[in-house]
Amino acid sequence: MIANYGYEDGSGFYYITIDGDLCAKCVDHSCVAACPQGVYAIEMDDYDDFVAVVREVARKRLRELCSLCKGQNGGGGTERALPCTDACLAGALRHSW
Amino acid sequence: MAEEREYWRWSERSWQACETDWRSAAAITAGIDVGSVSSQAVLLADGKLLSFFSTRTGSSSPDSAVRAFNGASEPLGLSLEDVSYSLGTGYGRVNVPFADRTMTEIACHARGANFMAGPAVRTILDMGGQDCKVIRCDERGKVLNFIMNDKCAAGTGRGMEVIADVLSVPIEDIGRRSFEIDDEPPPVSNVCTVFAKSEATSLLRAGWSVNRVLAAYCAAMAQRVAGLIERMGVEREFFITGGIGKNIGVTRRIERLIGVEAVGLPADSILDPQVAGALGAALFAHSLHRKAQRS
Repeated sequence: MIANYGYEDGSGFYYITIDGDLCAKCVDHSCVAACPQGVYAIEMDDYDDFVAVVREVARKRLRELCSLCKGQNGGGGTERALPCTDACLAGALRHSW
Repeated sequence: MAEEREYWRWSERSWQACETDWRSAAAITAGIDVGSVSSQAVLLADGKLLSFFSTRTGSSSPDSAVRAFNGASEPLGLSLEDVSYSLGTGYGRVNVPFADRTMTEIACHARGANFMAGPAVRTILDMGGQDCKVIRCDERGKVLNFIMNDKCAAGTGRGMEVIADVLSVPIEDIGRRSFEIDDEPPPVSNVCTVFAKSEATSLLRAGWSVNRVLAAYCAAMAQRVAGLIERMGVEREFFITGGIGKNIGVTRRIERLIGVEAVGLPADSILDPQVAGALGAALFAHSLHRKAQRS
């Protein structure tokens, strides 16, 4: 299952996409520790797989929470490396902005 | 003094398969969907639809869950002790006091839509009370991909309730009346529930008819949702769940914008798009109960 967490507002489209099928195969889930803002958590999904999710409290604040990492690597962008996407060896994580 | 009418107040819905003898069923399972605006309960007898009830969510999620369950069970003389497995879903799912398990409304709406509109359904739009989701699923109703926007209540059921009150139009008439216009007006510039209210009154003052304002609001809501659908992509068949699924003023305008007609329920169907989440929850409850019995 591919999950898109985030929101769209007047300033843009801020979503983190997690491919649950790829994520469920990962045993480390190092994305959770890699994120300095604590955006991710591991939860059992509706089909009983343990996958990364964007925590409920973070879902409406992604632009603000991710700005630190995006600023440090030269302004972010979907192609740039981020601590979370670097840590995700399964390639399950993607940012839309 | 005349009693003030609540134009936003939609009718509660209740249905029971009175001809079914639930006492002879091997298992009764329940699905409870506690949403931000409405709560539903669906009961199944051996996987077949037995009863459902849809009501407004109150200030307490546990009370709303109990009220929804009682509304579905009491006409049949059924009590909580008769239920083998119950599953909570929706915004208030963790507050369903008698649930054996909880699941997200995303999975439940997909499963419910699959049951209601058939296995050909691949894209589901759930237009809820305070959020909106687009879900892609397979032929079994398993979620493959989803996207949601719950940043604010703009363009959702709650926003429609506010507009019904502002314009003094019963909420169930909005869809029909939004087409009783000479030409389609431009959408209102803002579907934000707060700003739409002031924009609606400004348009009325500018001489617009109530129906024209309704059309402009429905069009703005459709435009907002169509953007989300297009980001996900539409694969046929397309089905709309949630309370707004009953508002043709919005649904037909969405169909026009995305160029795909939504699957409708048969005219004689007793089902309601608003109970899709609870129905999916009840179907999951049935499957999980059978699985537990086998193991």
